Amino acid sequence: MPSEDAAPPLDVDQILADPGVRIVVCCGAGGVGKTTTAAALALRAAERHGRRTVVLTIDPARRLAQSLGLTELNNTPRQVKGIDIEASGGELHAMMLDMKRTFDDVVLQHTDPAKAAEIFANPFYQAMSSTFAGTQEYMAMEKLGQLHARGEWDLIVVDTPPSRSALDFLDAPARLSRFLDGRMLRLLLAPARSGGRSMFSLVTASFGMFSKVVQKVIGAQLLTDLSGFVAALDSMFGGFRQRAEQTYRILQARETAFLLVATPESDAVREAAYFAGRLRQERMPLAGLVLNRVHRPAVTSLDAAESLAAAERLAALGGHEGTVDVLRAHAALAQLAVREQDVAARFTAEFPAVPAVSVTAQPADVHDVDGLRTIGEAISQP
Amino acid sequence: MVTGKGGTGKTSVAAALALGLAAGGRRTLLVEVEGRQGIAQLFGTEPLPYEERRLAEAPGGGEVRALAVDAEEALLEYLDMFYKLGAAGRALRKLGAIDFATTIAPGLRDVLLTGKAKEATTRTSGQRRTYDAVVLDAPPTGRIGRFLNVTAETARLAKVGPIKTQSEGVSALLRSPMTAVHVVTLLEEMPVQETVDAIAELTQLGFPVGRVIINGARPPVPAGRVLSQAELKRGLVAAGLPADRDTVAGLAGEARDQQVRRELEDSLRADLMELDRPLTELPLLPGGVDRAGLETLASLLVQAD
Repeated sequence: MPSEDAAPPLDVDQILADPGVRIVVCCGAGGVGKTTTAAALALRAAERHGRRTVVLTIDPARRLAQSLGLTELNNTPRQVKGIDIEASGGELHAMMLDMKRTFDDVVLQHTDPAKAAEIFANPFYQAMSSTFAGTQEYMAMEKLGQLHARGEWDLIVVDTPPSRSALDFLDAPARLSRFLDGRMLRLLLAPARSGGRSMFSLVTASFGMFSKVVQKVIGAQLLTDLSGFVAALDSMFGGFRQRAEQTYRILQARETAFLLVATPESDAVREAAYFAGRLRQERMPLAGLVLNRVHRPAVTSLDAAESLAAAERLAALGGHEGTVDVLRAHAALAQLAVREQDVAARFTAEFPAVPAVSVTAQPADVHDVDGLRTIGEAISQP
Repeated sequence: MVTGKGGTGKTSVAAALALGLAAGGRRTLLVEVEGRQGIAQLFGTEPLPYEERRLAEAPGGGEVRALAVDAEEALLEYLDMFYKLGAAGRALRKLGAIDFATTIAPGLRDVLLTGKAKEATTRTSGQRRTYDAVVLDAPPTGRIGRFLNVTAETARLAKVGPIKTQSEGVSALLRSPMTAVHVVTLLEEMPVQETVDAIAELTQLGFPVGRVIINGARPPVPAGRVLSQAELKRGLVAAGLPADRDTVAGLAGEARDQQVRRELEDSLRADLMELDRPLTELPLLPGGVDRAGLETLASLLVQAD
């Protein structure tokens, strides 16, 4: 939206057409339309820019998933049919992340079947692969790493998990790998591993009490399971960490473009600002901000106060109820638009150099390819 | 308990509910568990510590206190209660042991968070309960079942011990008539779908579902009033407004978009009604949720009860 303190316009087509860009990561708070944005961008990359594109979605709305031909968690990309790629020669494939299966695959890849079976049966693995805070984020990164490694895609568009905080996406892999090969875990399990004797006896002594407390609180059973789990996973530690670091480096590279997705609401904009700061800190390439669901009155010459005053005058006159309703609705829309601009301006004030584009709110929800195409148009035409 | 899909405004609704329930000289506690500091941002205060602080005065002399529960602090407090750790507890924290312990057992974290809510709910000072109501700004719909179903989660890992006892106590309270899980939604497809799913899940797990709260609702417009551009033009002229072609077409377009939106909203509202839960509609506040707005929402929520 043009105004004096406007951010530079974000040219999405330039990003999607650039053969040097191989990964687009859409991130932001929950409920801002990340998945829809990711799908719309991927569709546009295939239809308009002729790229062989895959979109990795995490938790799409049912009908959106269906429109992409995704009826279940399949964990492998499937080609989306019925899109307009004749002219461009592009392709669109889509997949939905199956967190547990991705984790299982990692285990299978790094160990023999007997050991894998042992790991799968461990209650700790079961709990962790389905509920561990951050597993979904880690697995999204893992899957991204896999897709990238295969080298068969021109462009991978990633939708990030609906985390408590968008930052979890960046932090989870490090947290998980820190946990898996953590000093704490090793110390805690040291006695179990070396038959009760530990080289770190001094440290272990201060730990004995903690270990006892943990045993009392969460039960010796858990420690035994945990010990078994860690012993089984031991050989994979290097692999886990190495892969997390590899993916991290890919995210820092020139071939990646991060797009922040937000709506013009305080929480979402604040979240986007945190993330922008964090990306800068991690030296990850932030391409811009997509501001979804922006309300724009079609008539800008009539502001909220004027419109409301006119509605009251007209209501007093009588006989123009329909127009009164239209004017009241316009006043509400105009007021909302002003507030949204104020909220969005907070981001721009903090990150004036980050390009941004506003996408007008659609009257109805998007759940088919045509709708995605419309969104794609809107994102590309600031 | 107030849950809802991300972006539906559950924190604002939880805060408004705490305000409303405190009206008329009562005292409530507003609890945050996800470390987002959403309450502090909403009220424009400093980040909340792990300590019950006075947050706001409710109309009629009531008081809202707020608490941001931190799982680590709660664990230390809990360990201290049972094991008198003292300085050793601080040493554990330094070693990162607390972070570790809350990380290895996924359910442990939630037991500690809900356990703190239970403690506050049942606490008494003198002859009466310290709080007339405790309102928890709970995790979003996608995680609420797992969050509340602490017993199942911990029972998988801890077969005996105080954590098990603790989680059973929490579970009993959460399934008792003292608890109500309210679900906040917008009249949009995804939040409504998640509301339907969450209510099915909560019901199946045996948690008492309270109200469905539609946030940001706009009053339903009387149907079948399609205004022609000619009528609109006459109206604008009568109001002394410019009635050029662009203005008329622009306003008519706005009205048409709104009509499409309204029809979708009506069908989503109908889906919510089929849930057969008490339904409360909170209006969209054009100026955003400020303190006055919160009080408006508060009185609407309490009226509904």
